[in-house]
Amino acid sequence: MPPDGPTAKKRLLCLNVNGCARKDAVAENALLLNYLREVARLTGVKAGCDGGECGACTVLVDGAAVPSCLTLAIRCEGKRVETIEGLAAHGRLHRLQRAFHERLGTQCGFCTPGMIMAAEALLRRRAHPSDEEIRIALSGNLCRCTGYVKIIESVHAAAEAAP
Amino acid sequence: MTAQALQAPAARRGVPLIDGIDKVTGRARYTADLDHAGALVGRIFRSPVSHGDIVRLDVSKARALDGVIAVITGEDCPHSYGVLPIAMNEYPLARSRVRYRGEPVAAVAAVDAATAQRALELIEFHVRELPAYYTSEDARAPGAALLHDDKPGNLEREVHHTFGDVEAGFAAADLVREESFTCAEVNHAQIEPHAALAEFDALTGRLTMQSVSQVGYYLHLMLARCLDMDAARIRVVKPFIGGGFGARVEVLNFEIITALLARASAGKVMMTLTREENFLTHRARPHTDTRIKLGLRRDGRITACACEVVQRGGAYAGYGIVTILYAGALLHGLYAIPAVKYDGYRVYTNLPPCGAMRGHGGVNTRHAFERLLDRMARELDLDPFAVRRANLLQAPMRTLNELMVNSCGLPECLEKVERASRWRERIGNLPRGKGLGMACSHYVSGAAKPIHFTGEPHAVVNLKLDFDGGVTALTGAADIGQGSSTMVAIAVAETLGVSLERVRVIAGDSAVTPKDNGAYSSRITFMVGNAAIDAARNLKAVLAAAAARKLDARNEDVECGGEMFRVGSGAQSSLAFAEVVKAVLAEEGTVTVKGTFTCPPEAQGGKHRGGAVGATMGFSYAAQVVEASVDEATGRTTVDKVWVALDCGRAINPLAVSGQIEGSVWMGMGQALSEETRYVDGLPVHASLLEYRVPTCAESPPIEVHIVESRDPLGPFGAKEASEGALAGFAPALANAIANAVGLELDELPLTPDRVMAALMERRRQRRLSAARKVA
Repeated sequence: MPPDGPTAKKRLLCLNVNGCARKDAVAENALLLNYLREVARLTGVKAGCDGGECGACTVLVDGAAVPSCLTLAIRCEGKRVETIEGLAAHGRLHRLQRAFHERLGTQCGFCTPGMIMAAEALLRRRAHPSDEEIRIALSGNLCRCTGYVKIIESVHAAAEAAP
Repeated sequence: MTAQALQAPAARRGVPLIDGIDKVTGRARYTADLDHAGALVGRIFRSPVSHGDIVRLDVSKARALDGVIAVITGEDCPHSYGVLPIAMNEYPLARSRVRYRGEPVAAVAAVDAATAQRALELIEFHVRELPAYYTSEDARAPGAALLHDDKPGNLEREVHHTFGDVEAGFAAADLVREESFTCAEVNHAQIEPHAALAEFDALTGRLTMQSVSQVGYYLHLMLARCLDMDAARIRVVKPFIGGGFGARVEVLNFEIITALLARASAGKVMMTLTREENFLTHRARPHTDTRIKLGLRRDGRITACACEVVQRGGAYAGYGIVTILYAGALLHGLYAIPAVKYDGYRVYTNLPPCGAMRGHGGVNTRHAFERLLDRMARELDLDPFAVRRANLLQAPMRTLNELMVNSCGLPECLEKVERASRWRERIGNLPRGKGLGMACSHYVSGAAKPIHFTGEPHAVVNLKLDFDGGVTALTGAADIGQGSSTMVAIAVAETLGVSLERVRVIAGDSAVTPKDNGAYSSRITFMVGNAAIDAARNLKAVLAAAAARKLDARNEDVECGGEMFRVGSGAQSSLAFAEVVKAVLAEEGTVTVKGTFTCPPEAQGGKHRGGAVGATMGFSYAAQVVEASVDEATGRTTVDKVWVALDCGRAINPLAVSGQIEGSVWMGMGQALSEETRYVDGLPVHASLLEYRVPTCAESPPIEVHIVESRDPLGPFGAKEASEGALAGFAPALANAIANAVGLELDELPLTPDRVMAALMERRRQRRLSAARKVA
């Protein structure tokens, strides 16, 4: 993780996070992961490894699932960033959140935000994915609890539910 | 959920986790997510050498750096720590000697990560190197330098147990075979990296510690010991925990270091470890060499078993003694075997210390046992199911090593997976390269004798009922994702006859919750579940007495269900839960009750040395069938499907039980297929989730789960454990499937493509040689 202490050179970053416009001074070498967690205080975005290994930090940038630990914050200038915190709205769980909750697609829950965001990116491009498509789309997201069985069930159940 | 729900298992799907919504919304706060405003950043300086005496450790330049608030070394903590009271031979920061690459030597607390990192680079460290050993064989060689002066031969513990007449058993056998098996070291690889947040209030002398511990109580004890503090001034709080699998059962060096840094800097310190440091902290399943000998009669009956196990334990004691004892003790309890000899050796080596991991101690021995049994069955032309059925034990019984078995649903497990996999039609009729294999396994429902034996009950649960009508359950049991808090809520709601929503669970805060021995050895459902039921019965008695007074009835005539207290069936003779609560509170104010559970002495194992390890109130039983394909061009093995049945006594929450079974089978698959730690001169070369190959979604098979309910007489509602029992059966079932698919007997885990390929090439070479010999 590059140091992004007080001495790092900063730049003004304008972007949209979970539907809200933001302007923040961020270090040029700051990772999107650290920006979201430390500046935007969106701690649903998790760090599970030393970079690009586990997928726990997956967020959507302009609708595509990306590991925020391998993305510079300043590369998101003018883009739409979505995290797990942006999914539930008006007191209702998002269909993937409901399915993961009701079908135990989550156990310890640490991989869950990244897993759900990766699944959301999939459902936006494939409304009714096959087992195989789900397995491939989520293969960058490691889970150590579930054996993935109930995760795949959850994604199917969400696909069947109205968005 | 009502009391009827538990009585109709077939109709029960189970309930989602009571903390599930926090997890799926990202609201759940894990240790690294806690508010650390104003916290210093902690970092650890680690030994770059495997073994040596510390000649010089100079931290003055690091200490002088702007922004560095505290630097500590082994000088700052003269107290050893460890999980076993008889084997605390480790210091949070090395003193005078380092014994593995990556061992913590010094630590800094600084205003930010960059400063902390620069400070580490300014630490001067000189070591007079000593010979280092990376294999059990080298460490045990005559003349090897000792890692610990009081442990000759670098042996942490030797175990020699013989039960029954082993020689007579082998003499009575029609077939005796002996084989060796090797299992690579594996790691828990829980997805949440280790983290701790410690706050020391210098004005009051109080320490608050939030950490990833599975056993907050051990952490509490070791903090008091290592910081020389009155335990009453320490508070240990469990945030959400991102998996454990045994990694966090022991108190870990970084936890104590974080607390030492907080005290040294008179403030708050956040320590988050990198994934590489997680692998260095380790404490997982050791590299194991097993030599096993079985005697079998023609009818499949096992006449005797002799087993030698050598575990490469790493540099410090940790759980080592328990692991090497479990490996022998769990040879018992699955089958009825008339004679068993066990010789175990736990070896010190210059590698990160091993510890407890899901299926603690039993997994690698079970692999060897089930593999050899399968090979011998084939030699005798016996079906794998038949040979296992020939050796079933009859509950209730006591094993040769004095373990209690009160319920055993293994016969039903065998039936379920045999039928579901269509074993009889398909075995021997699959195309080349495709095979079926099976194996059985079991595990304890909690250690009947706790490591820190105090004579206290094994579990305590408190309940509070207040003016709001809410029932709050207080437990020290750590929910690490397995759903233990949900289990407590169900146990309380079922017993009281109230809705699940009425019950709130607060878990793991030493200032509020009663002491608990923690999340290990699958003890929580059995022990904490029973304590929760006891507490709820005590609360129910208070409520029923109040209802009886209001209804002018006898206490014993009052029944509670669906949030109503009734006498008989008349509408005039019932009271709503809220009315009864009001009546009770008017009489005595807020109600608090306690429930306990204690394992009786007869459950605590034999009198032989180490006899308490393996002792439990109830064993879970599992059988599984694995279907696999082997690509003979690449050596790649694909697991196509798994059918698994587990006897958990009774599924209190079937949804969580099936989730645990799927997860444990899959974790067994990781060990069987791809997971392996590797060291080059003590340097871990596996220390990332790219090098350490945890199976991804793409290579994980469908797992069909069958829950068997044998109704254990002592378990809560008849329940036993469900989280570990199925793990150990996977690897042997897969190896047996590979033998069935391509006729290879592979004796080394993991079954990576290179190992399969090497075996295929060796077989081709042998065939060419024998063909050439025939021609000659």
